[in-house]
Amino acid sequence: MQLKWRVGLIHSFLIAYSLIAVLPILLVVMNSFKIRKAIFGTPLALPSAETFSLVGYVKVLGNANIGIYFFNSLSVTLISMATVLLFGAMAAWALAEYRFKGSNLLALFLSIGIMVPIRLGSISILHMMVDLNLVNTRLALILVYTAQGLPMAIFILSEFISQIPRDLRDAARCDGVPEIAIFFQVIAPLLRPAIATVAVFTIVPIWNDLWFPLLLAPGNDTQTITLGIQQFIGQYITDWNSVLAALSVAIIPVLVIYLIFSRQLISGLTAGAVK
Amino acid sequence: MLLLFFFLGPAVIVYSIFSVYPLIATMSLSTFTSDSSGALHFVGLENYRLLLMDKDWREPFWNAFLNNIWFFIIHMAVQNPIGIAIAGLLSLPHLKFRGTYRTLIFTPTMLSVVIIGFSWNLILSPLWGISEGFLKFFGLGAFFQPWLGLESSALITIGLISVWQFVGIPLMLIYAALLNVPSELVDAARIDGLSHMRIFFSVKLPLIAPTIGLVSILTFVGNFNAFDLVYSIKGALAGPNFSTDLLGTFFYRTFFGNQLQLGSPTMGATIATAMFLIILIGVCIYLYGIQRRLERHSF
Repeated sequence: MQLKWRVGLIHSFLIAYSLIAVLPILLVVMNSFKIRKAIFGTPLALPSAETFSLVGYVKVLGNANIGIYFFNSLSVTLISMATVLLFGAMAAWALAEYRFKGSNLLALFLSIGIMVPIRLGSISILHMMVDLNLVNTRLALILVYTAQGLPMAIFILSEFISQIPRDLRDAARCDGVPEIAIFFQVIAPLLRPAIATVAVFTIVPIWNDLWFPLLLAPGNDTQTITLGIQQFIGQYITDWNSVLAALSVAIIPVLVIYLIFSRQLISGLTAGAVK
Repeated sequence: MLLLFFFLGPAVIVYSIFSVYPLIATMSLSTFTSDSSGALHFVGLENYRLLLMDKDWREPFWNAFLNNIWFFIIHMAVQNPIGIAIAGLLSLPHLKFRGTYRTLIFTPTMLSVVIIGFSWNLILSPLWGISEGFLKFFGLGAFFQPWLGLESSALITIGLISVWQFVGIPLMLIYAALLNVPSELVDAARIDGLSHMRIFFSVKLPLIAPTIGLVSILTFVGNFNAFDLVYSIKGALAGPNFSTDLLGTFFYRTFFGNQLQLGSPTMGATIATAMFLIILIGVCIYLYGIQRRLERHSF
């Protein structure tokens, strides 16, 4: 009996904290579907037949740029993710597999970026992008995000590669398979489970970043969704329907993807955290 | 050799050009000053003297620095204990709905700081009145204040919003470490008649000390680099009266300029280098002071 009571206590604590975590988000999303009067009159009520309204969404989605912002965020994030994974896996493989002079030093050099935020070099990055004529391009963001994501990706992937049984590569070597083919045909396919871990640590921060879009690509054609929403809200700050709808437009896609992949993402995070 | 270059080349080149080189270039820029025509002149450590001694620079710098320390203390005192407590509960054996709790509590961490900032700005706004109504429901209506607008409470409020968002990180890292505690140790303690509570504090917690050290240094680096949340809630001026100014917003304002002053790349570089040194000191204390001592107890 006493045990049951204690289990109940633990669950009520966890439920309470879960509510604290999600209620503010639900509040924003829920009220974005209501008429202005209901947003202020009954903010805690679900939208009903009388109070339902999409007026905010009409304004936000009617803004022709929202589509461009989404496309920018998507392309920057996906290309950065691809290059981080490819370059990161190749470097991690070389560091884990081949012993060469200075390999420890190189590993140390690459790991500086885990602790030292790339933002601190922003001024020189901006100057460099101006010189290269890359300001207001998606390429500028992709290059910076690749450099930002690589250290952590290399760290995670080398841990992962060192756990792959040696026999696999040795067998391929005996068959005379060239080294490059060993990596792309034997090792790379085995790295799939590590992608979730890399995603949590590199992709989520890229999608959510405000700093570099603000600095390197504030132009209307190259804004990411995070920056676009930030500017949109700045313009319509008193129009609560539009503000809530704009926030929801940014929240809902991430939320849906997160709920679909949450199991892989979280197991990826806990697996990557083992060391 | 060619093979090594093929595998390592792309990563090392991109990382060196776009991460390491800008950092070094920024540090070197901090020893220059620019005149009205934009030409650079070497001035040695003059910019640092300005930052630490000159009245116009010293006050905002120390203000941002002390605010940043407060911001860090709030995270260490609230975020990490909550993260440890929830991880401890989630790792209890035979707990139902474990996955659901994890997913829900981690949700805010996935969302953009900007979106979170605006959402809380609305929720805490006296205009909407939702928090006031909420407090009234519990008979606490008299306690409501526009927390984000008051000089005395704005920084703490922003700190707590950040805690609310990022509690998922320590939670997950510590949860993973707790799962790795050898079950023989826990079983042995169980047979000796220790309660779950005693096992957590006397067996598990000392064993996961290295992870708690890691969480602390990640919190430190993240906090002393924070910018987005203050910027999205309060703008670059970090009001009211700079009470929410952090080193990140101070750096941004100095570099880009604002209503009050012209932007200065060289002073911006000086502040960025100062931030780098602060983070470096923190990381060194962690690597040589804390981690080395903790490693001895790890398994």
